[in-house]
Amino acid sequence: MIEFLNRLFGREPSSRTAKERLKLVLLSDHLSLAPDVIEALKHDLFEVISRYVEIDAANCDVTFEQREKQVAMMANIPILGMQKRPAPPPVPPASHTNGSSKPARKASANGSGTPRRRRRKAQPQSMPQPQLAQGSPQPT
Amino acid sequence: MSARRIVLTSGKGGVGKTTTTANLGAALAKSGKRVVLVDADIGLRNLDLVLGVEKRIVFDLVEVVEGRCQLRQALIKDKRLENLSILPAAQTRDKTAISELQMTEVIEQLGALCDYVLIDCPAGIEHGFRNAIAGAGEAIVVTTPEVSAIRDADRVIGKLHERGLPVRLIINRIRPEMVRSGDMLGVDDVTEILSAELLGIVPDDEEVIDTTNRGEPIALVAESRLGAIYAKIARRLEGELVPFTTLGAPSFFERLFRKAG
Repeated sequence: MIEFLNRLFGREPSSRTAKERLKLVLLSDHLSLAPDVIEALKHDLFEVISRYVEIDAANCDVTFEQREKQVAMMANIPILGMQKRPAPPPVPPASHTNGSSKPARKASANGSGTPRRRRRKAQPQSMPQPQLAQGSPQPT
Repeated sequence: MSARRIVLTSGKGGVGKTTTTANLGAALAKSGKRVVLVDADIGLRNLDLVLGVEKRIVFDLVEVVEGRCQLRQALIKDKRLENLSILPAAQTRDKTAISELQMTEVIEQLGALCDYVLIDCPAGIEHGFRNAIAGAGEAIVVTTPEVSAIRDADRVIGKLHERGLPVRLIINRIRPEMVRSGDMLGVDDVTEILSAELLGIVPDDEEVIDTTNRGEPIALVAESRLGAIYAKIARRLEGELVPFTTLGAPSFFERLFRKAG
């Protein structure tokens, strides 16, 4: 009944909220990075890639998956097209979303064979190095 | 062969470590294993009370360590199960009364006497925690489906991995009807977040309050549904593949409350 009412009024079940909050806070705990730093990392990652290829920023996705002892970072970044010059000056990723509806090729990175940062070693001042490798993404 | 030495820990207090230790120990003993339960919560002992042996304590863990008595003298035999014993913690001492090395030695000696040593770890991740895990060869992390318990469990799992201890998870006090209505994290959510192997799922049950009041492990109460669940966990510890009851399936509530386990 409560579930029905919640659905009726568009409220998300609290268990889903709990799961999302926990995932973010644990990621932050493991990497010793504040949640806003993680957001900045994603932004910078997209920005760097968009210097070389045109990406579909609206559909970019970076997830972090818990492994037994590590965190794996997975980026799913649809590519809309190649840039004309290999390394133009940085442009904000948002400018690449305009109007293209071509089927996107996907550049992706996942954990398999990717060097990962050890999970539990706290290094407060250091930033993890995102490592990109080819592979098919399996975000959960 | 020497015993399995398993620490039961959680980080957060009040999730049911002591109750789980007592009941899992009782279930293992009931299946014929020789079991010693160690209360590592020095200064805040409770395992004796949960097992109903509080009036029979003569010596404790700290006195064993300090050489004031023999190890066997401090062990209290359960009156219901002759192959279940408990080594009580000291109540009037501090957690710093013993060292990791001393604890390891006691656990090793106990290991020669039985098949399973279950160590009831204090809450927290400080001195008492380090002592409790020092002598263990594997760990069971007890958690409830609440955000604070899960975050603490995650922290503890990290510390256990650092020590190279294999970790398995018991999710305690789950309420299937709340999981189904989306008001409580489910088993899959918890195992996904903690990425740990699942050992047991224990539903919330008022009966355990009643049996604990009496100092009687629910695992020994015939016909109790939690008793059947602890028996399954004991079999899983023994390496048997015992299927988990599917939580969240539409008929779970009905099945759970009509048939035990």
